[in-house]
Amino acid sequence: MKNKIKKGTLAREKEKWAYLFISVPVVFYLLVRFLPTFYAFYLSFTDWDIISASANWIGLDNYKRLFTDKIFYITLSNTFYYVLYGLPISILVGFLLAYNIDKVKIGSGLFKTIYFMPYITSMVAVAWVWRWLFQPAPIGIFNNILISMGIPMQEFLNSVEQSKGCILAATIWSGVGFQMIIFMAGLKGISKQYYEAAEIDGASAFNALRYITLPLLRNSFIFLLITGTIRFLRIFTQVVNMTRSSGGGPLNSAKPLVLYIYDTAFRSFDMGYASALTVILFIIILLITLIQMRVTRNER
Amino acid sequence: MNKKFFAIILGCLLIFNLTPIFAGGEKEEVKEEGVTEIVYWQYFYETKKNLMDDLIGEFEAANPTIKVTQQTFPYADYNTKVAASVPSGKGPNVINLYYGWLPKYVTSGYLQPLTGADFTPAKVESEFFPLVKAAKFDGSYYALPTAVRSLALFYNKDLLAEGGYSAPPKTWEEAVEMGKDLAEFDKNGNFLQIGFGVNLDNQFHHVIREVLNRQMGTAPYNEDSTQVLYNNQAGYDAMKFVSDLELVEKTGRQAFMEDDRTAFKAGTCAMFVSGSFALGTLDKVEELNYGTAELPSMDGMQSNFASFWANGITSFTEGKELVASEKFLQFLTSADVMERWLAEIGELPANMELGQAEKIANDPKFGPFIRGLEYAHATVFYDESAQKSAMFDAYNRIVLQGMDVKESVDIAAKEEQAVIDKYFDK
Repeated sequence: MKNKIKKGTLAREKEKWAYLFISVPVVFYLLVRFLPTFYAFYLSFTDWDIISASANWIGLDNYKRLFTDKIFYITLSNTFYYVLYGLPISILVGFLLAYNIDKVKIGSGLFKTIYFMPYITSMVAVAWVWRWLFQPAPIGIFNNILISMGIPMQEFLNSVEQSKGCILAATIWSGVGFQMIIFMAGLKGISKQYYEAAEIDGASAFNALRYITLPLLRNSFIFLLITGTIRFLRIFTQVVNMTRSSGGGPLNSAKPLVLYIYDTAFRSFDMGYASALTVILFIIILLITLIQMRVTRNER
Repeated sequence: MNKKFFAIILGCLLIFNLTPIFAGGEKEEVKEEGVTEIVYWQYFYETKKNLMDDLIGEFEAANPTIKVTQQTFPYADYNTKVAASVPSGKGPNVINLYYGWLPKYVTSGYLQPLTGADFTPAKVESEFFPLVKAAKFDGSYYALPTAVRSLALFYNKDLLAEGGYSAPPKTWEEAVEMGKDLAEFDKNGNFLQIGFGVNLDNQFHHVIREVLNRQMGTAPYNEDSTQVLYNNQAGYDAMKFVSDLELVEKTGRQAFMEDDRTAFKAGTCAMFVSGSFALGTLDKVEELNYGTAELPSMDGMQSNFASFWANGITSFTEGKELVASEKFLQFLTSADVMERWLAEIGELPANMELGQAEKIANDPKFGPFIRGLEYAHATVFYDESAQKSAMFDAYNRIVLQGMDVKESVDIAAKEEQAVIDKYFDK
């Protein structure tokens, strides 16, 4: 709303100072964030390989190569696998933990600490311990347990079918504390009066959960949905550490798109192609985020 | 008015504080009169750095008008550091590079061809083992090694003795038989001990490429490394031989105890193939009683894979610095330095005469590696990471997905050919 009244000198002064102070981080942000991003967009149309002095313009060649690149599609589908399986499971487990710990009277602090500790542990350390757990017999603990129960040894990280599941197990285990905390905060925000009213009306525990708790946790759920999607789309550390020798699981079965970009850029030194892959990833994340924002906004 | 003045001062101060981000960080070198200064880069490895410091001292004493500064970088970052220095045009005069990176650095113009009298192809090929040809491009040598690494068979003497064997295998048939015999399983058929390691992501893809392919009857690539040749019957046989080790003969498996070298250290692997660089790590394991032997032969034929780190001169080195760099390079690749390198670092000499000398060729630890140099080949890798993956994926398709060997090897050949073609398209 434009003010029709002429501003006083003091207000003008304050405005000038404000612009001055804002301009510094804006300049910084432009240079450090936006400039490299636009440079990557530019690189995607070149064949730069770091060590050449010049980057030659090759137009859409990188993108044409991308559309026929088998590995790109494998890594893309791996990334979606991580999101489509990891997200619901981690939110469900987080909610179950929060809901039940909320009902616990004694020792709830202890439970919260135990379930939150994996979240603050370094992902690299988590990845290496889980990697050890998934080893084949005789040193892999999971396999030793399975064998003692009479179940044949599983290949886990060395299997094309199971490698993604193993990565997800470690990821969900380490991240569930965060979902739990967010849901607990949400639960605490629900006024007890609703539950008391429901009790008086003779509602069962399940109905209370369905008609009071879940609807009022919508905001927590939406928050976890958006942050979780971004988190699973960016999966990288655990895959690198858990499949270090095979670089993404046998036959790229566990390789997410981010790892493919990293390998292309820094192992094969193919910066132009890696930039093209990054642009595609950027567009995908942008689309998903926009869709999520549109869907969740309408229902509010 | 005052406030505006201070605002401008503040703004200037902020901007000037940001400039270090944009500064090139150039070091001012204090030049003494008549002394030429050159810079040498290698990756950080304690014994190498220390030996290099000593060598530089001796070189400077013999050449008072030259001063050499050594700079080292962590191994994991080395390739990236070097690559990043190229477009900036700043870098060393003499640089130590993995030979596998040479194709890229040569085409990008980072290195200059060695044209001095000491570096003519005729002279180099008369003095160095033939594997050094991997550093030759367009008829000139671009880098020369002080030390090379090759592969050999490592065997656990105790485990072999337990199985009734007093000597390592000499042929592949023996190796497979012993490997089958020495492998141990629990009651469910899971490995407790492997007889012969078959880890492709370590050195074994080299064994397929340069050893088994040749022994079965085909070179992996053509003479100038522009064409993949192993998609023929010999290549199929070589890959089948390796996949059979896991599928049929059951001498070992992928990822047993992390990898075969870890299993060997733990005493649960009887034999495996690795490079001379493994000697240092294995020596540290006190309870390990191991020996080394030349790689098994097939039908009387032997082959080996060798790799090396070589020293080259950067293209922006010229004038007095170029003369000094050539002198330093010649020093680094002399037989005396190589002998010391072997003693202190444990890497093999690239000089043929030295390598064939009695005391070196029959050294109990290094002998098999050095003798292996005579028939070793250094693959010209255009993108080692992608080419290794091609081989590893081919193996996995056969072992994990049951694909037909011929089909799988053909796919790998196509993938590698694409890598080669992409390099030459530039």
